[in-house]
Order: sequence, then structure tokens, then C-alpha cells
Amino acid sequence: MTAPAAERSAPAAPGAAVRWTDVCAAGDLIPERGVCALVGGEQVAVFLTHDGDLHALENLDPFSGAHVLSRGILGTRGGVPTVASPMYKHVFDLRTGRCLDDPSASVRTFPARLHRGRVEVGR
Amino acid sequence: MRLVVVGHGPAAHRLVEALRERDTAGAWTVTVIGEEPRTAYDRVALTTHLEGADLAYPPHGDEVEVATGERAVAIDRAARTVTTSAGRVVPYDALVLATGSSPFVPPVEGKDLPGVFVYRTIDDLDAIRAYADGRTTGAVVGGGLLGLEAARAIQGLGLRSGVVEVAPWLMPRQLDEGGGAMLRRHIEGLGMAVHAGTPMARLEAGDDGAVARIVLADGNAVDAEVVVFSAGIRPRDELARGCGLPVGERGGIVVDETCRTEDPAIWAIGECALVGGMVYGLVGPCFSMAEVVADRLLHEHFPEASTAVFEGADLSTKLKLMGVDVASFGDPFAGPETGALGVTYTDPVAGVYKKLVVSDDARTLLGGVLVGDAESYGTLRAYVGGNLPGAPEQMLFGGTEAAGGDLPGATVICSCNNVSAQTIRTAIAGESLTDVPGVKACTKAGTSCGSCVPLVKRILDAELTAAGIEVSKALCEHFAYSRAELFDIVRVRRITSFTQLVEEHGTGRGCDICKPAVASILASLGNGHILAGEQAALQDTNDHFLANLQKNGTYSVVPRVPGGEITPERLIVIGEVARDFGLYTKITGGQRIDLFGARVEQLPEIWRRLVDAGFESGHAYGKALRTVKSCVGSTWCRYGVQDSVAMAIRLELRYRGLRAPHKLKSAVSGCARECAEAQSKDFGVIATENGWNLYLAGNGGMRPRHADLFATDLTDDELITYIDRFLMFYIRTADRLQRTASWLEALDGGLGYLREVIVDDRLGICAELDAAMERHVAAYSDEWRDTLEDPDRLRRFVSFVNAPGTPDPSIEFEVEREQIRPLLPIRPVTGAVSR
Repeated sequence: MTAPAAERSAPAAPGAAVRWTDVCAAGDLIPERGVCALVGGEQVAVFLTHDGDLHALENLDPFSGAHVLSRGILGTRGGVPTVASPMYKHVFDLRTGRCLDDPSASVRTFPARLHRGRVEVGR
Repeated sequence: MRLVVVGHGPAAHRLVEALRERDTAGAWTVTVIGEEPRTAYDRVALTTHLEGADLAYPPHGDEVEVATGERAVAIDRAARTVTTSAGRVVPYDALVLATGSSPFVPPVEGKDLPGVFVYRTIDDLDAIRAYADGRTTGAVVGGGLLGLEAARAIQGLGLRSGVVEVAPWLMPRQLDEGGGAMLRRHIEGLGMAVHAGTPMARLEAGDDGAVARIVLADGNAVDAEVVVFSAGIRPRDELARGCGLPVGERGGIVVDETCRTEDPAIWAIGECALVGGMVYGLVGPCFSMAEVVADRLLHEHFPEASTAVFEGADLSTKLKLMGVDVASFGDPFAGPETGALGVTYTDPVAGVYKKLVVSDDARTLLGGVLVGDAESYGTLRAYVGGNLPGAPEQMLFGGTEAAGGDLPGATVICSCNNVSAQTIRTAIAGESLTDVPGVKACTKAGTSCGSCVPLVKRILDAELTAAGIEVSKALCEHFAYSRAELFDIVRVRRITSFTQLVEEHGTGRGCDICKPAVASILASLGNGHILAGEQAALQDTNDHFLANLQKNGTYSVVPRVPGGEITPERLIVIGEVARDFGLYTKITGGQRIDLFGARVEQLPEIWRRLVDAGFESGHAYGKALRTVKSCVGSTWCRYGVQDSVAMAIRLELRYRGLRAPHKLKSAVSGCARECAEAQSKDFGVIATENGWNLYLAGNGGMRPRHADLFATDLTDDELITYIDRFLMFYIRTADRLQRTASWLEALDGGLGYLREVIVDDRLGICAELDAAMERHVAAYSDEWRDTLEDPDRLRRFVSFVNAPGTPDPSIEFEVEREQIRPLLPIRPVTGAVSR
């Protein structure tokens, strides 16, 4: 990521017009922890990494059926930023939503950005 | 092609499963005909049926037809059909007889009286239980393995129990006279009468016409209103006889080394088969036969013929009989006439008998017997037929830390699944395996009873070392150190944050393995509230929300109830909180109350009510001290000799909040009756007339272990000093998620070394350990009270950061037995990641 810290964001889906939803203040996020936000009725887990990058993933852990990914532990695996589901410890790539322990599973990702001191999630 | 299996016991079940697993082309259509009213179950664990255990094996897939309560009555070999008691005629291309055996009942007068039973099926046990109700005496005829188990079961039904054995000592097929005599002392110590060496004359009836006593040949009588015969087995070979297949002189269907009868379409496996002149009554060989036949059937019509054969079996046995370890291996009966020498050791006080039989040059191990202490069984058995690594007497005294590397390749390591050392080594090299779960998945070794897993681990370590692969102690990819090494780094370098540790001594940004481990180390070394500053990001969700995550994303709450003592007022508060928040309540095994179904935003409200009523965090969510359970002790109990409740409360309040590599459990019993089950705890205390006995490193759970007696007749202060040092030494040196039980097992020098460290201060660290515990006690503060007083931390307790008042709509409940139970929105995909 090369954008200045204040405008860092995860990429939006190419070609789609992104509608941004205000989620919380930047200060509401603890580095290396997540929060969950309701975005258009959907549960989205929003994470702030140690490097200051924002990531947004579907909050539903596909292995347990519970909406808990936002409560997982952040880290890295071979340089890839990750979150480990708190339920059965499956690890997901924060950038792609792919499960690194079971490539057949993945969760959706959402664009996320810091905008004027606020955290926003796009759809 | 049609396969018909007659009988549905363990061997038949294994055959069908082995076939199903490998018959990917679906070549065989399988029909099973079983006469018992239920499908296959674990007959080895039969006695536990009386304790309510569910013994059923997992069902086969729907494609296998299993008929229960239907007996095969005739075989037409020319037409290749089986006729059943239901009148069905079932055609086959291959027929496997797995009819098992029936108990042998000697032709003694009175054997058909009411009250006389055998011990073989679930129905037999149900009948014994029903008949025993209201009766007071019972006895088992037969002092073998199964007979002793039956005797214990009868005692468990509330009857005075005994054993009648015609041989001069118990378990004559496995034990020598010395071992049998030691076992007898143990059995008698459990309150059972043993009558050995005298034949039975007859069974006599009482006035009601039912059996009342066993009369022995010497005229003595044993009162028994319930008599159970367990005097050996006879193969069920009547079907084979009926269709003209050869059977042995003393029974058993004659088969070759592939388990095939003289009719190429008919096979026999398990206890009904006579292979190499032997009938096998142990489950291991029966499973081997099932595997051989499955392999043969799969290759039946393929160019690549099977070469699987049954090569006989290792009849070594190790079991826990009524709490007594008994093991027999190799040939324990070889005597001087063959040049064999016996080396024996007897400790009548501890009830231990050990015997090794060695060749005349004392180098080759031929066999042995272990009673009362069978810890060295796994290693010794592996050396049978090979050169002993040390002097026999050294082996007897546990000097058996053998390197798995030099075991002969043909040595059977896992006798349940017949896996040799060579098979394990080949798998490790061929599949590049680096851990025990990998070896288990690949070879099946250690997947049944698990007793060989330490040996598997040793072979693995030896192979990896030999291949130049360092056996890694690294915590995870981010740290090349073990937990104990990290602990020392943090302590010595006074590191106070994960960031500093990972930047100076690791790589990357950590993971769900190293972060909670480092959080625990920081907490053990006294770095303030576990949610303060950067530490908050290290905690597992349980520690982060100070509650236990449940399967639907809700949490459970456990307030501390020290020693299990609670006032009516506080009980009422728990009840009111549960009612007002709609929580499911359950009493825990640790004498506390667990409240389930709380959403994150409810946790602070729940805890405000609990803290106001004087409750504190119970740390059920943490790798920390859980509870110190107690019995009611000398205050109320007629038998209590010390105040166990007061001691339990004192210990629980002293160690509450102490973070450790794993959870810690404790208990205090007020007398030797041990109602608090202290010997299954990490540290257990049992009262004596003169003070307290301290037991260390016990464990319940997946791999139960009795705690070791560490010190006796301690004063209150001595007790606490020793526990302080034990806990702090464990916290410093254990691996991540290593319970005290496996920590002590892995500790070089074991219990003796631990005594030297804690009692004699051999390492000169006792003052340091004592000071560390004093710091913990002084710094303790209730995590929940602190959290409630900190508005910043409280803000994290919301389901949605942008809608703090909104509950998670995906969390739903239904009602069961008047309480809530979670309703999951979707089905989970698979199970947990195993690490």
C-alpha cells in the first residue's frame, strides 16, 4: 500500500461504483483487533493491522456458522496478513478472504478506507 | 458381487469398514446378518455398559444392509446361499463367518439354576443387573481377565463379590505365580474374596429354588445368589460343521493363513476361526484377520493379487484391572529348562511385582510380567526378542528411556492396528512426516488405545534427528523458541510488550498461537490488567471479553465460588441474573454455576449485578486457576479429619487470577475417602490425621492421570510453600498448552527431581519462586471489577460498533427442558483446525 495513511483503503471491486458507509471513528479501532459493523443489514468485520492497513471481511465464520470473525486474533502467515477465527482457529487471508487452512472455503471481502478521520466500508 | 457376513461383532464391523473404505469402485454389495438385537458394539469395554456408556460402533453407510435379531441357520455351499431364522435365503459370492464365540460353561451340577449367568453380551449384563436387584451376594467362576472384570461389575451392582479359580493363581494364562499372588492382594484389598486352586463341586440352590452358593471340592462353600461363568470361550462353529467345513478338535473353523476355509468362497475371522492351530480371543488379532480378508476380497477379481496373510499375533496384554496395572508380554513362562533366567522384583508395600525373563546371557529379553506398575510396558514389549539396552535389573527399575531409533524393524509398536516400527519409519521417510498426528493419520498407529503414542513419538524424533532434521521446539513460525525459552527472554530482558519481543526476537506479526502464549507470559510476570494497552490485542476472544465463547457466538459467565461454598443470598443473585437475562444455567464439575447465552453487550450489565453482590471473575475463560473443589470436611462430615473447605478457600483466593501455560485445577479432600477427587487435579490435597498430603500433576480430561504423592503430613504453611513453588516452576518451564501432567512426565528426573527443586532448593531458585508468588498475591485485582470501572474498555462490549444498542440478529434460541438452547443459522462446514 502506497497511499498516505489517512486515505489507506482496501481495493473496491473493479468497475463497480462503491457506496461508502460510515462505520466508526478511526480511534474506535484497536490496532490488531477487529470490530463488527452493520452495513446495509449485513455483518462486516473491520480490522486495523499493525501497519495501519484496513481490511473488511464478511463476519460469518463458514466453519461454525457463527458471526464471530471480527473477534479473531490478527497476525501474519508467511508475510500474508491474517485473522484466525476464534471458533475453530481457521486462518483467513485478510486481503482476499481465502481460508489458508482449507482452500475450498473463503469469506467475502469489502473495500474499506479511512476518510477524514472516519472508517468507511464500501459495497 | 455379493458379500455376506454372518455375525456383527467387532471383527465383522472392522471387515465391513475396511472394505468400504477401500472398495472405491463399489465392487462388493455387503449384507450383514447378526443374531444380537443390536448392531456391533465395543465388546472390550462391555463392563462400562453398566455405568451407562454407549458402546455402539458407528453405523456403516446406508449401502450396507445390516439385519439384526436374525440368525443364520444353514449354508448351502453348492447353491451359495445362507438361510436365516427369518426364512430368508440370501445368495453370496463370498461368505465371511464372523460368528464369534460363546462362553464355556463347565458341566457342573446346578449350572442351569436360576441366578446363573454368562458374561458376553449387553443382554447378559442387562439380565445380571435386573436379577441382582435386591440380592446381596455374587461370585464369578473363572479368575481370568474377563472374570475379574465381571467380579468388579458385580461388586459395582452392590453385591458382595468373589472369584473362584481352579488354577492356583489368578490370570494363569498371562501371569506367573508371583504376579498372580500380587494381583490377589490387590483384589482382596478391594473387598473381594478370592478362592483359587480348588475345583468346584456343584452349585446349590436355596429354599427359593434359585442358586445360593458354590460348593468347592474341599467342602467349603461360597455364598452366591448371582453366579457368573467366565471360564473361557468356545468358538461358534456350528454353521461350518453343518455344511461340512473342517473344524478343529476343540472347535474353531479351520482356515489357512489368508483366513480362507477349504471352500474358496468361504472365510472365517475372529474368535470362531482356527488359524495356525490357534483360536484368538483378543481384539487385536481379530482386527488383523478382518484386514487380511478385506484385502483379499478387494483383489479377488483383479490381476494384482493380494498377498496379505495373517501372521499370528503378539498376545502381550496391558490393562488396568480395577485400578491395578497388569501387563504380560512375550513369553513370561520360559524357565530354566530352556536356559532362560528370571529376574524379579517385589515391593509388598506398594503392591508392585515385576519379572523379566531373559536369555542365559542376560542380553535378550524373552518376556515378562508387571503388576501394580506397568509404566515400562511399552518399551519393554518392544524389546522382546531383541538385545536389552541395559542390565535387566536396571530395566526393572524404570531405566528404560530407550531411544526409539534402535528398535528392530519387525517390532510391533501398535498391537491394536498391527503396525511395526519399520512401517512407521517407512511412512516417516516416504511421506516426509514431521509430527505424531501425521504418523497416526498415515499408519493408524496409536489411533486405537493410544498406549503406544509415546513410542511412536520417540521413533519419529529419532528418525528426524537421523535425517538431520532438527526436532523443532519452535512455538510457531514467528518464534524459534519454546515457551519456556521465551519466558526466560521476557523475564531476563524485562520485556513488557509483544511488539518489542517480536521485533527483537521473532519475525512477522505473530498469530493465534504465539500471541496468547506471550500474553500469558506477560500476565504471569505481572504486567497489569490483561486488557491494558497493547496486551488487549494479544488475547484470545475468551480473555478479550472475559467470558467463554460458545458455538453460536454467545458467551458463558462463571462467577468465582471459592471452595464451592456459597450463601443462599448469593445463590439467589445468580438465579435472578440468569432469569432476568434469559440465560441457560448449568452446574459445573468444579462446584460453580455456568450461565450461558449472553451476548457481548450483555456481559457488562450481567457483571455489574454480580460484582455488586460480591462476586468476582471465575477465570473460566483463562489459562489460569479455575477452581479449588472441596468436600465438606471435618466441620460437618463424621469422617473428616481436617477443615477441607477452609483450606480450599484459602488456596483458591491465593492463586485466583494466576495465568499459566494451561488451565489449573485443584481440590481438597477432608479425609482419605477423597470425595473431592483431588488425585485427578493439577494440585490436590488430602487431609490426614497429622496434616495434609500433597498430590501433584493429576489430570482428568482426554488423557487421565492420577496425581503423584509429593509430600505427606504437611502443615498448612508447608503445604502452601510447596504449592507456590510447584506452580511458579511449572509456569516458568512448561510448553504452551502443556498441562502439569505431561509437563511432569517430560521433566528430566521426574518427581524426584521436582522434590529436589522444591524441597531441597537444588537450583537455588526457591526464594525467587516464593517472591514471584508473593508479587502475584499482592497484585491480584478482580478483572471484571476493573473492567467495569474503565469506560474505554467497556466500549468494546458491543455487537456492532455502528449500532451499539442493537443485539446480533443472527443469534437465536429455541426452548428445551424449560431453558434456551442455541439455534444455528447454517450448518458448519467442517471441524476444527488441529494444531
